[in-house]
Amino acid sequence: MTIIDTSKAPTVPARKVESLKPDLLLTQEHHMCPGCGEPLAVRQFLECIEELDVANRTIAVAGIGCYTSFAGTMDVDLVQALHGRAPSVATGVKRMLPDSLVFTLQGDGDMVNEGLQEVLHTAARGEKVTCILLNNGVFGETGGHMTATTVVGQRTKNTLDGRDAEYHGYPILIGDLVAQLQGASYVARGSVHNAGSVARTRKMFKRAFESQLRGEGFTFVEVLTMCPTGWFVPTADGPSYMQETLGEVHIMGELKVDGRVRTTEELHAENVAKQRELDDQLARGGIEK
Amino acid sequence: MSDTGGTTTTSIKSRGTVTIDIAHCKGCDLCIPACPPGVLAMSTEVNHMGYPYPQLSPGCTGCGACLYVCPDFVFEVYRFEQPVVTEVAGAAR
Amino acid sequence: MTATTTNPTSAAANERVLMEGSEALARAAIVAGCRFFAGYPMTPFTEVLENFARLLPDVGGVCINAESELEAVGMTWGALSTGARAATGSTGQGLSLMQESFSEITLAELPLVIFNMARGQQDYFQATRGGGHGDYRHIVLAPQDVREGVEHVQLAFHLADKWRNPVLVYGDYLLAHTQEAISVEPIVYPELPKKDWAVDGTKTGSGASRGVTPLGVSKTGQVAMGQEGKAQYIATKIPLMEREVRFEHGFCDDAETIIVAFGSPAKFVKYAIKQLRDAGHRIGYLRPITLWPFPYAALADVASGSSLKRVGSFELSAGQLVEDVRIGVAGRAPVTYIGGVSTDHSGFGVGRILDVELIAERILALHEDRELPLIPGYEQHSYQIQEHQK
Repeated sequence: MTIIDTSKAPTVPARKVESLKPDLLLTQEHHMCPGCGEPLAVRQFLECIEELDVANRTIAVAGIGCYTSFAGTMDVDLVQALHGRAPSVATGVKRMLPDSLVFTLQGDGDMVNEGLQEVLHTAARGEKVTCILLNNGVFGETGGHMTATTVVGQRTKNTLDGRDAEYHGYPILIGDLVAQLQGASYVARGSVHNAGSVARTRKMFKRAFESQLRGEGFTFVEVLTMCPTGWFVPTADGPSYMQETLGEVHIMGELKVDGRVRTTEELHAENVAKQRELDDQLARGGIEK
Repeated sequence: MSDTGGTTTTSIKSRGTVTIDIAHCKGCDLCIPACPPGVLAMSTEVNHMGYPYPQLSPGCTGCGACLYVCPDFVFEVYRFEQPVVTEVAGAAR
Repeated sequence: MTATTTNPTSAAANERVLMEGSEALARAAIVAGCRFFAGYPMTPFTEVLENFARLLPDVGGVCINAESELEAVGMTWGALSTGARAATGSTGQGLSLMQESFSEITLAELPLVIFNMARGQQDYFQATRGGGHGDYRHIVLAPQDVREGVEHVQLAFHLADKWRNPVLVYGDYLLAHTQEAISVEPIVYPELPKKDWAVDGTKTGSGASRGVTPLGVSKTGQVAMGQEGKAQYIATKIPLMEREVRFEHGFCDDAETIIVAFGSPAKFVKYAIKQLRDAGHRIGYLRPITLWPFPYAALADVASGSSLKRVGSFELSAGQLVEDVRIGVAGRAPVTYIGGVSTDHSGFGVGRILDVELIAERILALHEDRELPLIPGYEQHSYQIQEHQK
């Protein structure tokens, strides 16, 4: 078998089309577990900020979870909030600096458990911030415990036989909930289970940021991310496990565009078409940005 | 396929390539199924952290799918100005 | 001689107008440069929020009627992080909800100003010990009237910035709702360093981005204190902030009895003691103006007087201030709690005990080593009191 030397850049004429890491990351290093989906989302929203050329007026507000370690490696002016409180902190930042791009970075434990009222009220007030939710359906940092988005049947450390609706209740579909609020201008649920979904998620980040910069209202991007450690599955099975559990309940797609809430049927139809289109693009040699 | 002195070789065209920072790879395998032409495979060797890492065979299209799904930011993606042809031993797959 | 130009703002400020305390406090904050306020209505704090909501937009500021105290303090946290002067507040009950954030805001070294329009003085422990986790102290200013409140609010913003530490203004129903003829004039304090720690987005992507965080972490490549380092750093700041101690005392030199009281009740205590002095009783008072740092040394000093026989703590609580009084007196004289829990029927307002005659009666009873008269309202509990005394 011929192995190509990939230790250095090619010597024949070639164009670099994707960089190792986004410029807005000070280092590629992080201590996320193997197979974690969170860095995939982080790359995409940071690259969107670079692409929109608004880096020098961007402020992040970090919640508390595994992703909090990116607070130190993102080259972004940042406020560290308490667990669940990031949307309120972001509100204070944006009200004082209305020309800035302000986003929160939160997990499902942070946003949907501890801070549910914060995100809903911030959305209802139509605060011109973007809340980013990395949703893996478990408390990753504590080691895989049930959150408010854990789907029925999903195994976690405190639902060993799977989440039992009768005993543990039902998951909150936070994106759908936020979309219902009048103050929300753009709401989307992305996923990072394959390259096509990552590319779609990137577009969602971009649209959310653009909507915020136009001052249209509250914007929200939820991203389903793999947590093989917290799910107790092999890293390679992460994407498929996520599709079969979280992905079946928290349906991917743009949930609210231009103030209109879209139906699940619309989302399903679009998901099939988009995935086919993106797979085709990849097969032809790359996703059109 | 060509026959040069009794050895069967196959010409494989690569439209692009990647660099792989194997030192930072945590061996999660996500890039392997993500690669549309299927030219990535995990090594049998391990890096200094004890993780196997992806290795590239000829046929890369430079599509970037591996980079999109890599949590550890080990890839960089290049597209060749002119496709690079590699002669590999054996019959075409 | 040069012509004097009149600044319309200062001309208006010099005019004394009859103003409710809540409005005066809000105006004082705005004069001090406060441009953000978030709060949740709660009696007797509500009118402070109302006044911020009415007055802040006119100066380009923002007041948000938050959906809960948790969100109010979070929003203020965000505004402070941008370098703005910002405040929140509530009554003690609402502040209980905010305690987690208070602890962490202190670790993040943000100059938060907190208003507590308390229901009585039962939040003394909350204010001085803190209801939150970890090692921290807040400077606590306790104005006795609206005029002093106007000064304290401005001082609070200055001290908060000076120490990069929260400062709490401890008021009550009387402070918030008494009308006094006052003028809200800006007080000039020494200039403070620029807030180069604040985030405004301009450093994003520069390789030198900033982080406002309670966690002791930093950006890659920058030196981090670490959790332990951060906690140690905050600990070293506490004794330094103790320099901000403020107090006043009167008639202590030859006093046989000294009464300690703070806030609105102190003003009645001082009046009662003045009357008792006029009647020939050797009684003095000490009023802590900062509840933290507490004037322990000043109290020790007046308690060392050769004629001193006893110290009393008059407070509208079941006995919280008295603990600091005991620490300050440190055995030099017996310390007796002569206060009581006393509110109006709503539980929010002023109780019957804040009657100068009743206060004087209690002080005199202590002074003459007589049994303290029962606090109005307590008579209904006298049976239980006797049972417990068995």
